[in-house]
Amino acid sequence: MGIVKLPIGPQHPALKEPENFTITLDGERVIDVDIRIGYTHRGIEKLMESRTYTQNLYLVERICGICSYAHVENFTQNVEEILGLQIPKRAEYIRTLFLELERLHSHFLWLGVAGHEIGFDTLFMYTWQDREVVQDLLEMISGNRVNYAMNAIGGVRRDVSEEHRKKVLEGMDYLEKRTEYYKEVAINEKTILARAENVGILKPKVALKLAAVGPTARASGIMVDIRKDDPYASYPDIPFDVITTNTNDVLGRVVVRVLEVFESIKIIRYLMGHLPDGEIITKAPRKVPEGESISHTEAPRGEDFHYLRSNGTEKPERYKVRTPTLANLPAVAEMLKETYLADVPIIVAAIDPCMGCMDRVLLLKKGKEKPGELIDGERLRRYGIKWYAERGWKA
Amino acid sequence: MFKGLVKWARIKSPWILHMNCGSCNGCDIEILAALIPRLDAERFGVLLKGSPRHADVLVCTGPVTKQMKERLKRVYDQMPEPKFVVVVGQCGSSGGIYQGAYGVEGGIDKVIPVNAYIPGCPPRPDAIADGLIKLLASIAKGGNP
Ligand code: SF4
Repeated sequence: MGIVKLPIGPQHPALKEPENFTITLDGERVIDVDIRIGYTHRGIEKLMESRTYTQNLYLVERICGICSYAHVENFTQNVEEILGLQIPKRAEYIRTLFLELERLHSHFLWLGVAGHEIGFDTLFMYTWQDREVVQDLLEMISGNRVNYAMNAIGGVRRDVSEEHRKKVLEGMDYLEKRTEYYKEVAINEKTILARAENVGILKPKVALKLAAVGPTARASGIMVDIRKDDPYASYPDIPFDVITTNTNDVLGRVVVRVLEVFESIKIIRYLMGHLPDGEIITKAPRKVPEGESISHTEAPRGEDFHYLRSNGTEKPERYKVRTPTLANLPAVAEMLKETYLADVPIIVAAIDPCMGCMDRVLLLKKGKEKPGELIDGERLRRYGIKWYAERGWKA
Repeated sequence: MFKGLVKWARIKSPWILHMNCGSCNGCDIEILAALIPRLDAERFGVLLKGSPRHADVLVCTGPVTKQMKERLKRVYDQMPEPKFVVVVGQCGSSGGIYQGAYGVEGGIDKVIPVNAYIPGCPPRPDAIADGLIKLLASIAKGGNP
């Protein structure tokens, strides 16, 4: 049979987000994949330069609605570092609580989506129903289900009361029981095994070479977890394990996430048991002095990296975000090779792709154009500012 | 008689197509959350479909990005008549928080006609289900919603 090129997307039933995969097929076998991104690129980094730090708190949150809190946490950590602000211990604990609740909701969500991709919709309904427990807890404390608006620069905006504490612990008990069940399902259920075992192989060496992050890397036996490698918030205080498996396949990615849910529950129990007393916010000035800062956190999908450059005004001068999905995409292209067409959705879904936060602008060069010129960051920045100024855009 | 039958079927079983035009995913997960057993929008016959050719209602989220503009138009054109468009979320209604970003057109209604808006950033799943039901009610009353 001849070689067929099959374009999928941008609007397609497999994923909820617009993305384009051009798959080269030999019969049923995938020979090559070409991933085209950029459909949801909105230009948030540039937009941030025209908003104040307080406004940006809410914009950063909406880089991605699923791991929204990881983004805000990064942003506030960056600003606080430049300000030299030490936030109260209690605020740190509450932030960590949210980081972990977010991981819970995201992992449940993913488990459901993975179930959906392999045609196991019952699992989808089950996990999403349990995810509502987490959503209710998030809503109870912050008032919102998705974009929590919890962080302020210098602390958090809402406190965790005694009643909240009890409800959170109750919720954890329930979720632990349910997760035991999912663990059973993931390891024993034939539907999952048949679709996930030995599918989408990513060897540890390749994973390292392609710089995979998060659960994708951990399922290939690589110990990376920013929470341990470069602890932030209150992770230095908390005992927990980094989960890895070495099956290198989609099943490994399922197992890593299910086991991580247990770790998150453990962390949340610890946090609720050791919540320190005191203030939840310190006062922060509106203007941020000149400086540079980077911050990274372990978002549910992997390392989320933010960079901030400030210039002494109320607005940032440059902001840069690198999200885990972008780091994992080269690995996806590798995983897809030599698999079957029917496995493509679950392999792509296995990295838990979140396109909203990772889309870039792409310039596709056609034919002969004059070769690009290599310039350093500083000159590029000046050129950018000039370019925008000429077109009447204000920073 | 036949017309009445079609209308009845349309109201009892609206098939929806979900399209993300550059949203932050917040609204998308809330749409899915409206379909799970807690709210169970399926009891109103709402069924999520994968192809525009099967769909009666297009549920859009997100400010239209420059890349998605043409694609949104195309998907809309592929849907069979009569078709309805529901916008979920603030940024789909007006551009919302992304107003002024260089990659954003701002508002689904700049590109295709819209029948109903569900505001919120993101709206709660109950609000989404309510919005869909209101749309159905107005179709039932006749005329364009
Ligand atoms: S309305 Fe808000 S939550 Fe919904 S997609 Fe837009 S920014 Fe995200």
